[in-house]
Amino acid sequence: MERFRMEIESLSKNEELARVVTAVFMSRLDPTLEELDDVKTAVSEAVTNAVIHGYQEKEGIIYMELQAENRQLTVLVRDLGVGIPDVKKAMEPMYTTDLSGERSGMGFAFMEAFMDQVQVESEPGQGTLVTMRKKIGR
Amino acid sequence: MQQTFSYEAREQTLIIHLPKELDHHNCRNLKYETDLLLAENYINRIVFDFSRTEFMDSSGIGILLNRYKQMTANGGKVVLCGVNAQVRRILTIGGISRLIESYENREAAVVG
Repeated sequence: MERFRMEIESLSKNEELARVVTAVFMSRLDPTLEELDDVKTAVSEAVTNAVIHGYQEKEGIIYMELQAENRQLTVLVRDLGVGIPDVKKAMEPMYTTDLSGERSGMGFAFMEAFMDQVQVESEPGQGTLVTMRKKIGR
Repeated sequence: MQQTFSYEAREQTLIIHLPKELDHHNCRNLKYETDLLLAENYINRIVFDFSRTEFMDSSGIGILLNRYKQMTANGGKVVLCGVNAQVRRILTIGGISRLIESYENREAAVVG
């Protein structure tokens, strides 16, 4: 298995960094353009969730790990932020805690739409771990 | 510093030129800026110009939906133009394609 780990500060500008790094790592699996876009979108959603919800747009570190084994890509995004009280509810499409009206509440729905498998582990006060898997080049 | 949004008014139409990457980071100022422009000018049509946009995630869906609600509440319209393949998939999965019309190019989107 090939593995890559990084820690990034919880800053919105790092959302793009996370996407780009993932795309570069993933390129060794020879993905199609569509697969690249799918994974970039899912990563963007997970990291944005960590920035906005996990760390409430305050300081924190986001831990990312990328794994490639055969044609299987695994992306782990972990934060040590506030956690999610009800994961099932948080994953419902259109569910959002945002009051500005600017957030669509579709983050998890997009991760699920673009990856083969999405697993969310979270406890209030313990942070959140999102594990996403996708088979590349089918 | 990369420019995010630029705004262009043509009579009662506001054209919003979107950035290369339409994510949460780049969407931060849009609400404030458009609210200000809509308060100070009579606008009944917003054209979101995606010509430069190569990437969009659900943050883009959020801002489109909010502008759509704002404008339709006052009898106005929101349309899109210059959408690439990645953005189109996001719009479809996000349910935007059913709500908001998309035009090939800016001129067609302005005229309607």
